[in-house]
Amino acid sequence: MLEIKDINVHFGGIHALKGISMTVQRGEIVTLIGANGAGKTTTLRTISGLKKSTSGQILLDGTDITNLSAQERVKRGISHVPEGRRVFPAMTVLENLELGAFLRRDKANIAADLKMVYERFPILADRKKQLAGTLSGGEQQMLAIGRALMSRPDILFLDEPSMGLAPLLVQEIFNIILDINNAGTTILLVEQNASMALKIAHKAYVMETGSIVLSGTGEELMQSDGIKKAYLGG
Amino acid sequence: MEQFLQQVINGISLGSIYALVALGYTMVYGIINLINFAHCDIYMIGAYVGYYCMTFLGLGVFASLVISMAACVVIGVAIEKIAYKPLRNSPRITVLITAIGVSLFLEYVTMFFMKANVRSYPPLTGILAENINLGSIFISMKQILIVVITIVLVVLLQIIVRHTKLGKAMRAVSLDKDAAELMGINVNNTISFTFALGSALAGAAGVLVGIYYNSINPLMGVIPGLKAFVAAVFGGIGLIPGAFIGGYFIGAVEVFVAGYGNSMYRDAVVFAILIVILIVKPAGLLGKNTREKV
Repeated sequence: MLEIKDINVHFGGIHALKGISMTVQRGEIVTLIGANGAGKTTTLRTISGLKKSTSGQILLDGTDITNLSAQERVKRGISHVPEGRRVFPAMTVLENLELGAFLRRDKANIAADLKMVYERFPILADRKKQLAGTLSGGEQQMLAIGRALMSRPDILFLDEPSMGLAPLLVQEIFNIILDINNAGTTILLVEQNASMALKIAHKAYVMETGSIVLSGTGEELMQSDGIKKAYLGG
Repeated sequence: MEQFLQQVINGISLGSIYALVALGYTMVYGIINLINFAHCDIYMIGAYVGYYCMTFLGLGVFASLVISMAACVVIGVAIEKIAYKPLRNSPRITVLITAIGVSLFLEYVTMFFMKANVRSYPPLTGILAENINLGSIFISMKQILIVVITIVLVVLLQIIVRHTKLGKAMRAVSLDKDAAELMGINVNNTISFTFALGSALAGAAGVLVGIYYNSINPLMGVIPGLKAFVAAVFGGIGLIPGAFIGGYFIGAVEVFVAGYGNSMYRDAVVFAILIVILIVKPAGLLGKNTREKV
């Protein structure tokens, strides 16, 4: 459903993405792993429209979205949970979730989706009147994911959802990701925690300094010696 | 005691005007981190539009107020689109200098068309020209009008910012532009909307000050604009309730210094307050140091 063809991105004089190509099929979990600064976050930001590419093409369900605004891309079913959660700290949990449905007009369905998010994350229901900035890191991550689901995405981007969380919470977040995928949402996951990510991914890409150096199924990459050495601790 | 109450009443009237102008400074700062120096000139233009409506078109106070607010919305949004939007990714100092340029431009263009001389608002008639005497305390209907209009506008603003979709978008953009964009919020339109709101309030303040002090001139915005800016900083720049409180505080300080001390010092005292806040509590009265959670 998502096809990226030879994307190049520059920050001033720095060539950050050097001809990235990848595909994500409907219903898959695809993960993008690699060291800090490899360009994983930039890749997601380029696909969701926060960063303009200098050349290349992004196709969503066969339509060229390369030159569309971020707003248009949200309308077409892309939802992006950014690195560091980025909830709106001075707004309540409920307001954050409502903003997730910003472009939607179908009030009844929004209410139903809100209920669905509260069922998935009961803690958010308990704290709906609380300011998002007062939540713990794990709760903020749940809010960020819940907020992204409020746009009823076809494809969900998750950028480092396990960052800074306790191991138990990391497991919980990964279970949630699997759950969301089972409910029919395609997922593109960027992770530092390569072993966890590879375990749940149907397909994986490995990035190094702006290029994709390796790709395969999650299982294949887990068996690869280079990956074991570089990302899985032996 | 009478004198004290009288000064309180005067302080509330003047404070209302500062509060209206300070809200515009604070909202624009909140959303694009720009101290919009041209804001005080929007207020001046608002006063001139009101003057034109009342004198040449013979319109009433309320019609003039609404027209002036609408005109200021158009000018405020145009300034944002023409002068600031192309500089969205420039360093802050570039935009700041541009704002000063826009301010001077508005002042001298107004001077070119309207001449530099002082003009006076027509006196109010009917019930609005009345005064109320409570013992030795004197309240003019003008003062009541100013306070009532201010309260109505601030309540409307609160409703817009707290409860409408655009208001929520505004708060979201001011908190985190990238995250707002990922929600599908059009950041540029939201910024324009913020300028529109701030400019409308400045336009209203311009008409009210014309009614209150009677005289207007093309440079009338400079000093009140700086004071409203001090008010916004006092309350915590970027915070709407802060600007409101700051406006009344600065209005009261000015009136009390003039009433009890020496009116020559009233401007000096206001700017001394700015210096003290910046040393003691740079985030302002309601400002908090932001922390990041991991």
